[in-house]
Amino acid sequence: MEDFYRELIIERYKTPHYQGVLDPNDISYEDDNPACGDHIQIDIRLDENGVVTEALFSGEGCAISQASADLLVESIIGKNTEEIKALGKEDVLDNLGIELGPVRLKCALLPLKVLKAGIYGLGDQKAED
Amino acid sequence: MDPTASAGFNVQQIREDFPLLSREVRPGVPLAYLDSAATSQKPTVVIDAMDRYYREMNANIHRGIHKLAEEATLAYENARERIADFIHAPSPEELIFTRNTTESINLVANSWGRAFLKAGDMILLSEMEHHSNLVPWQILATHLSLRLEFIPVTPQGLLDQDAFQDFLEQEPKLLALTHMSNVLGTINPLEDMLAKAKSAGAVTLVDGAQSVPHFPVDISTLQADFYAFSAHKMVGPTGIGILYGRRELLEEMPPFLGGGEMIKKVELRSFKSNDLPHKFEAGTPAIAEAIGFGAAVDYLSRISMAEVEKQERILTGYALERLSGIPNLHVLGPGIEEKGGVVSFYLDGIHAHDVAQILDSEGIAVRAGHHCAQPLHTKFNLPATSRASLYFYNTPEEIDRLVEGIYKAKSIFD
Repeated sequence: MEDFYRELIIERYKTPHYQGVLDPNDISYEDDNPACGDHIQIDIRLDENGVVTEALFSGEGCAISQASADLLVESIIGKNTEEIKALGKEDVLDNLGIELGPVRLKCALLPLKVLKAGIYGLGDQKAED
Repeated sequence: MDPTASAGFNVQQIREDFPLLSREVRPGVPLAYLDSAATSQKPTVVIDAMDRYYREMNANIHRGIHKLAEEATLAYENARERIADFIHAPSPEELIFTRNTTESINLVANSWGRAFLKAGDMILLSEMEHHSNLVPWQILATHLSLRLEFIPVTPQGLLDQDAFQDFLEQEPKLLALTHMSNVLGTINPLEDMLAKAKSAGAVTLVDGAQSVPHFPVDISTLQADFYAFSAHKMVGPTGIGILYGRRELLEEMPPFLGGGEMIKKVELRSFKSNDLPHKFEAGTPAIAEAIGFGAAVDYLSRISMAEVEKQERILTGYALERLSGIPNLHVLGPGIEEKGGVVSFYLDGIHAHDVAQILDSEGIAVRAGHHCAQPLHTKFNLPATSRASLYFYNTPEEIDRLVEGIYKAKSIFD
C-alpha cells in the first residue's frame, strides 16, 4: 500500500506541477469518469510543426487520477501529435510506477483518454478543413 | 466490554452462520465487511436451501404433474407466503417475485404508469432517491410528458416537510419515496407522509431496499400501494426481489412482461391474463433464489427484526461517536435519531476512492463513489463519498479498524 501511494503520487496530487488552464489554446478537451466523479481537462498549445509547447490539466478526483494527469502532461511537452497518439496504457503506468487493479486503472487512464480524444479531435478538424 | 452485548444476542455466534465473514482478504488480513447496504453476506442456511433445491427437487414450477414439479412449486409458493408474513402483507397473492427492487419499480412504471398516467400528471419524488427510483420515472415522464417534482433534502439530510405539503396541494398522481436513504441513512417518516399523500389522492410507492433488511416493516399499517425490496440486501441471494402491490391496483394493471405462466388462456391473436400474482411473473422465475429468499426471512425472523434494529442502532451510534472524533472528517445525514446503519463521510483533502483503497489494504470493505445517488451528491457539492454500512453481524472491533484505517489514510496524505 505504501508502494501504491508512493511519494511521487502523493506529492504530485498535493502540489501538481502542471495544473491550470490555457486560454487561448490549440486543443482543449475534458471528460469524466462517471463511476467516481473524476474530472479531467487538458489544454494544449502547439507550434507550427504540431509540437506541444505548453500543456496544463485541470479537474478534480482521486490522487491516482490527478497525479496521472500531472505526469502525463509533463511527458507530452516537446512531443508532436504523432508521438502522443502512440502513447498507451503502459506509458501511464510507467509514469506512476505502480500496478493497478481494474477499477483504479480507470482513474489512472482517464487523463490519457482525455488527451487522445483531444488530439484525435484535432485531427478530425483538420481533415474537415 | 462489548457494547453490543445483550441478552440472547451473541454476535460471535451469529458470525459463525456466515462462512464468508471469517475469510482473510489477503494472507494475514482479516475481512471487515462494511458494505452491506450494497449487498449483505449470506448465512449457511440460505446457501444450503438453494443447494438442496438443485440437488433434490429441481423442476420447473406450476406446470408439471410429476413429484419433483410438485415439490418445487410448493417450495416456491411457500417462500412467497413466508415473505408475505415477514412484512405483514394481507395476502401472498399481492407479492410479485421480480429480479430486484429496480425491476419492481420498473414494473410499476411500465404497467401502472403507462395505463393510468397522462400528459401533465405530476409524479412526486425526492432529492435523496437512488437512481432506481429516479430513472424509471424519467423514462416514463419523457414518454408520457409527465411532470416530475422533488421534495428537497434539508442540509441536515431530512426531507423538507413544508415543501412536501406544498407539493401535495398540487395533487400529485404518485408519490414514490425511499424508506431509508442509501447515502444519508435517513429513515423517512413514511407513516405520516404516506397517509397525507393518500388523503391528497396520490398513489404511493416505497423503495424499501434499505428498510426491510434493517428494521421491522409492517405493510398493513403503512399506507403504501406499492412496496419494493430485494433479497440480496437481507441475507438472501441476488436475482430475486419483491413487488408488493395492493390487490385492487394489481388487478387493474395490465401485464408487464408477456410469456408463459402469466396467462390463463392464449389464442393466436389474444390472451387472457392469469390470476395474481402469476399475471406478473412471465417465464420461468428464479426458483432457487425464491427458495433462498424464504430461508433468508426465516433466518431474520429467528433473530427477530426488532433485535436486528437494536443491534444496528448500537453499532451506528458507536460508529458516529468514533468517526466524529476524527479531525477533518464530515459525516453526511442526520443524527442517530433519524438514521439507519449507513454512515457516509468525506475527508478534507483525500478523495473517497483513495480512502477506500487504503482501507481495502487493511481488509476493510467500504463503498466509495456516489452510491447510485448522483443528484444528491451534486446537491451537497461532493464528487464522491465513502460509505460504511452496517448490519447486525458487524462488531465494534470492525468499527475500530475502520477508524484506524482512516487515520492511516490521513497519515499517508498529510
